[in-house]
Amino acid sequence: MFGGIDPALLIASLMVASVPILLAAVGELVVEKAGVLNLGVEGMMIMGAICGFITAVETGSPTLGFLGGAAGGAALSLLFAALTQVMQANQVASGLALTLFGLGLSSLLGQNYVGIKPPHTGAVPFGPLADIPFLGRVVFGHDPFVYLSIIAVAAVWAFLKFSRGGLILRAVGESHDAAHALGYKVVRIRMLAIMFGGAMAGLGGAYLSLVRVPQWVDGITAGAGWIALAIVVFASWKPWRALLGAWLFGGITVLQLNLQAAQVGIPVEYLSMSPYLITILVLVLMSSGRGKAALNAPACLGQNFHAAR
Amino acid sequence: MTSDAALLRIEGVTKAYPGVVANSDVSFTIHEGEVHALLGENGAGKSTLVKMIYGLVKPDQGRMVWRGAPYAPAKPSAARASGVAMVFQHFSLFEALSVAENVALGMETPPPMRELAARIRAVSEEYGLPLDPSRMVGDLSAGERQRVEIIRCLLQSPKLLIMDEPTSVLTPQEVEILFKTLRQLKAEGTSILYISHKLEEIRALCDEATILRRGKVVATCTPREKTAREMAEMMVGATLTPPERRAGTRGEVALGVSDLSVPSPIPFGTSLKSVSFTVARGEVLGIAGVAGNGQDELLLALSGELRSDADRVRIHGRPVGDLGPEARRRAGLVAAPEERLGHAAAPNMSLTENALLTGATRQGLTRRGFIDWRKTEAFAAAVIRDFDVRTPGTHVAARALSGGNLQKFVVGRELSQSPEVIVINQPTWGVDAAAAAAIRQAILDRAAQGAAVVVISQDLDELLEIADSFAALNEGRLSKPRPVAGLTVDEIGLMMGGAHGMEVAHHGA
Repeated sequence: MFGGIDPALLIASLMVASVPILLAAVGELVVEKAGVLNLGVEGMMIMGAICGFITAVETGSPTLGFLGGAAGGAALSLLFAALTQVMQANQVASGLALTLFGLGLSSLLGQNYVGIKPPHTGAVPFGPLADIPFLGRVVFGHDPFVYLSIIAVAAVWAFLKFSRGGLILRAVGESHDAAHALGYKVVRIRMLAIMFGGAMAGLGGAYLSLVRVPQWVDGITAGAGWIALAIVVFASWKPWRALLGAWLFGGITVLQLNLQAAQVGIPVEYLSMSPYLITILVLVLMSSGRGKAALNAPACLGQNFHAAR
Repeated sequence: MTSDAALLRIEGVTKAYPGVVANSDVSFTIHEGEVHALLGENGAGKSTLVKMIYGLVKPDQGRMVWRGAPYAPAKPSAARASGVAMVFQHFSLFEALSVAENVALGMETPPPMRELAARIRAVSEEYGLPLDPSRMVGDLSAGERQRVEIIRCLLQSPKLLIMDEPTSVLTPQEVEILFKTLRQLKAEGTSILYISHKLEEIRALCDEATILRRGKVVATCTPREKTAREMAEMMVGATLTPPERRAGTRGEVALGVSDLSVPSPIPFGTSLKSVSFTVARGEVLGIAGVAGNGQDELLLALSGELRSDADRVRIHGRPVGDLGPEARRRAGLVAAPEERLGHAAAPNMSLTENALLTGATRQGLTRRGFIDWRKTEAFAAAVIRDFDVRTPGTHVAARALSGGNLQKFVVGRELSQSPEVIVINQPTWGVDAAAAAAIRQAILDRAAQGAAVVVISQDLDELLEIADSFAALNEGRLSKPRPVAGLTVDEIGLMMGGAHGMEVAHHGA
């Protein structure tokens, strides 16, 4: 094969690797479409990772674990929502604080859980389909969350494009003054969007600690939340492009592991920094030109709304 | 066909905010099928009043009666359900959404998109306001945007249509089309509450007028029976004196712009396309145009925030096109942009600091890199004194000033720097009549002292009052400047781009 890399395995593992960042990115995409810039994705993810891990270990049920992860992420996002939407705090500063707070709190909560194995999350039983050569391994050999994350992309896309709720959400992100003048509850809509984003980030975090790793270690997200933020910009706020972006970044992550295993003559450090370097590159490229990408950003992104008289 | 039946009666409505009473014991009546004007200066309480009718604000006291029944809408959707529709002055369209989506957002239970698009086409044809439902609002002209708002209202067959300063963004031809539509609506029995401070328009359109001053009803009249001047004096509560013009001598060319083309840095902005003009010492060039036709870009290109090739912009014959704002100030050019907070002034900085920001170079407020605070404060105090800025002192943050007062400060700061070339965008935007007259007088005085002045404004009356020559911006192109003397409103309208391809209504005419 290609220097000892099996393409079927590579594609299958990149799909798995991309799940956490995809879930978090889709959630953040909805938040940003509502005009809120929540830089606390990393913090919400790691809170989801530890809350999901604790719930799963204590109850023995991976399903409850994932619900716990979503709840943990949403709870932390509620703090952000209260700060920015109710108390009018600066969104960038609040988001950064959220990340630092989440990293610290998760480390505290996880002290007694290091080295424990969580209950196993099984693959979806596709029966004979899984035995199809190549395709079986690539498409039909995964756990439910791989499929769920893709369904989430489709659902968010359809919600934003076709539903009235999605139209109102986009309207709030485009011009909160106009939406307010038409009688829409800007703050309430944004709070709900922020909580959805938190739950999705938490779900992504729980996937890391329950399936991908699977155990609890401090700082388990290792920058996945920042990559998710980059993907939203890379996707120019379009759900399907977020899927593409997540696979691309997931692919780079997996590829660098494979390249290391294949003993390619590049220092390990360069390979493991490559996803982050590419994240920076993408962010610079996307925000430099005043091209279409910049125009597609929600016009009220990052601006606080205060109902004037 | 005004009938005597009252549609909406406002009885003793009062609304106070901390520190200001927006409406105090306001009462008036709108009849069925009547076009009722609400007149008043900025801050007279018109907006608060219509927000109460539209359910965005609740009155503290008093009540409203809709066709004999008590009317107290808790939110806009309740007002819409009663039959009240509102066309906003601004803030109500979403640029990145399509026409149909914008319309759907203003409806309670919109039909599916395809059906809605068909209805938009039907209604827009019926009222002579053609619109393509699938177009992005950000790409539409100001006149077309307003049509989106009007059609959004018409689709709900309103009994009362509120229009908040609808003509401030339209060319004279577009105003004519709008009036035809409004007369057609009136003929169909719809009442219209028309808010404006353009008095000739009110005389042409409205049956009754209620005049507000500082939150109180000061007069009611039938506009057709009054002159515009009489109504203006009722609005202001004082006699108005038009600015005095001293015949200055026209000197050599001070500002020359030739074949200036720059792309717009603003999303959905308009690029400048080979703009050329010259302004001589002592001359005031008025540049008209509907908002969004390149005014902001022209100001940026002249002030130096947007750079071009060196010889595209010349001050006293010296190429400055590639220089930044500081260098151009040194060459004698001062500029005052339209956006007061955030562009002309830094909101959280004091007036002294704001005075320093543009005055440092020409007033010599810094010495070897250090700020001369005493001199800076004296400069700020002089601006406040000369331009009658109402503020407790120079230490106050720019944000704390009312719009009109900050405008006086910003314009005054530029005019006080003994400039040789002055560029101002919307000098009297949001300023009350007395202060506007003072600002116009100050501009004319600087011109009489030999400065070359470019005034960009959407207020045609203002331009005709102070300008010597007149040009119009239309989609980033500047028409050839012409002397103001002898220009007719029709000619001006054509220079501004006519009706932007709008068709005149075929019905009801």
